[in-house]
Amino acid sequence: MAGVVPAIRIQREDFDIAAEIAGLTVGRTDIGAVVTFSGLCRDEQGALSALELEHYPGMAEAEIGRIAAEATERWPLQGLTVIHRHGKIAPGENIVLVVAASSHRQAAFEAANFLMDYLKSRAPFWKKEHRADGTEGGWVEAKEADDRAADRWKKQGE
Amino acid sequence: MSTKLIYFAWVRERIGKPEEDVELPSGIETVADLLRWLKSRGEEYENALRYPDVIRVAINQEHVGHREKIAGAREIALFPPMTGG
Repeated sequence: MAGVVPAIRIQREDFDIAAEIAGLTVGRTDIGAVVTFSGLCRDEQGALSALELEHYPGMAEAEIGRIAAEATERWPLQGLTVIHRHGKIAPGENIVLVVAASSHRQAAFEAANFLMDYLKSRAPFWKKEHRADGTEGGWVEAKEADDRAADRWKKQGE
Repeated sequence: MSTKLIYFAWVRERIGKPEEDVELPSGIETVADLLRWLKSRGEEYENALRYPDVIRVAINQEHVGHREKIAGAREIALFPPMTGG
């Protein structure tokens, strides 16, 4: 829906999912659906002590803003919030949050899905592993599956 | 005119600095030209840019392809494929 300005935040600190939903819905009666996606730091068999998320300040906000603006053009959204954390994040902690609000569920589901697929392959963030045994882990490698996931949202002719 | 180059993740680690200002020699017109020129500047650059096809590039904080012209770029960032989310 025209006029929706997505809220984009790049921050070191954690976020409160309930508070972010309330931020979009409180005082309104026209929202029928809110979809949230949260991405967490996942451990692989006790080997990981933390992920260090590096980002490109300025471009991170700008690129997520461009992706979010496209989502508001493609789906009739009444609210959209995207939060991405940076810095050192321990297994079990939050990394990313997308909250999409709409009159009906389909637009909210699809917009949140689109946001995450694009964010994975286009938002300038890089994860480095810190291993539990104290040795330096490597940089997480990008997955081709993430590029394919983003490609499926391309409109015909792109 | 000098251009600011910014590096991230393992590109930054291999080159050994987060950013630098460079005077681009004439004849460097595209992103691909820039990568080729940088690679010739020393072992650390050679090491970071050995496989130029995997290097992603942003000009003035927007993604671009390797055939993009760099005239007028204030800030050019080089980094590996992104792994956020």
